Amino acid sequence: MADKVNFELVSPQRLLLSEAVDMVVVPGTEGDFGVLAEHAPLISTVRPGTITVYQGNAVTDRIFVAGGFAEVTAERCTVLAEEAERLEEIDRAAVEAQIRELREDLGSASSDEERQFLESRIAVAEAKIEAVESAVYQ
Amino acid sequence: MPSLKDLRSRIASVKSTRRITSAMKMVAAAKLRRAQDLALAARPYSERMERMLSSLAGASGGLGSLPLLAGTGKDDTHLLVFVSTDRGLCGGFNINLMRQVRRRFRDLQGQGKQVKIFCIGRKGAALVRREYPSALVAQVEDIARPVPSYDKAVEISQRITAMFEAGEFDVCTVIYNRFVSALTQTVTPQQLIPFAPPANSGTAANGDAGGAAYEYEPSEEDILSELLPRNLAVQLYRAFLESFASEQGSRMTAMDNATRNAGDMISRLTMNYNRTRQAFITKELIEIISGAEAL
Repeated sequence: MADKVNFELVSPQRLLLSEAVDMVVVPGTEGDFGVLAEHAPLISTVRPGTITVYQGNAVTDRIFVAGGFAEVTAERCTVLAEEAERLEEIDRAAVEAQIRELREDLGSASSDEERQFLESRIAVAEAKIEAVESAVYQ
Repeated sequence: MPSLKDLRSRIASVKSTRRITSAMKMVAAAKLRRAQDLALAARPYSERMERMLSSLAGASGGLGSLPLLAGTGKDDTHLLVFVSTDRGLCGGFNINLMRQVRRRFRDLQGQGKQVKIFCIGRKGAALVRREYPSALVAQVEDIARPVPSYDKAVEISQRITAMFEAGEFDVCTVIYNRFVSALTQTVTPQQLIPFAPPANSGTAANGDAGGAAYEYEPSEEDILSELLPRNLAVQLYRAFLESFASEQGSRMTAMDNATRNAGDMISRLTMNYNRTRQAFITKELIEIISGAEAL
């Protein structure tokens, strides 16, 4: 077990993933970082992007997260995601429709707070599309 | 002695009551399964977040600049967030909570503190309004339609944060029913502001990372200032879910009891009815026989 990382991905709704893996790549706010066993303790914020899970050299899971926090210690890596979804489960057309809807709402938003909120939602949805696209090309 | 007609209509009404309570029990049982899944699924997140925050708070060692973490430096005004239900007929659910609220209220007032109550759910608000009308500062209803949503929790946490920033209170505690099983719920107070690491945090003790120096990306303060409001929302969300599951459990038990009571009552009434009917028949027979003998 010493050369594995106990990776846990939790969203407010559920515990998405909890397993020992060889490496995870987490999209940190200041750049992606890979976590192997014996990583230095680290706490980072997470930007919307894709978490990639490796077993050996093979990618076993790709999960989209809409921001959150990551805590890394020598033996475990915990990601608290606001929203998490497996890439293969994302329905691209639905996300695109959602973006259109949000854009419309943005046009009719009355307060700055509302506008800010909608903009952040759009950014997340766009990141989701991007994640799906980049996965297709890989 | 009640007439036969009265008895018949009472039996009919108890029977229809039993139909209703048993239907409510069924509904509660169905909802309970869903609510229980939700509540259990939300536990890991809030527990991990608490763990992360406590190690962060422990490592940052008195980072006094963030009031959400360190408090305002005094504890004159307490805010109690009282998570009750919107609908009744769920046994002692709200009453048990209210008992805890009352005790806290008295304790705090005894210490010369001011207490404010933020009430969630219609039933709790009614109880509070009757007893402490001046303490009720805010009230939210319909958080669980059909199930508690995270967005709603965020909204409420923002309201609470705004109140905190406006200096309306110093300490915030949420009081909710924690779901143990369909039969048991425990009234749980949890302090939210300032952040209090859970007393039984075995994780901090078994020394993983041992409060060791974490690296922070971006800075510690940025993370904390994002994490703390998030934590508030998450803890509230969890309280809502636990409370929702408890409510269904409590209602199911209460309705089960009610159904059983109605059943007992029906058999008692039916017995009574039959006896009375028999008595009438006997009486009529006696009248006929004695009439015939008199001839």
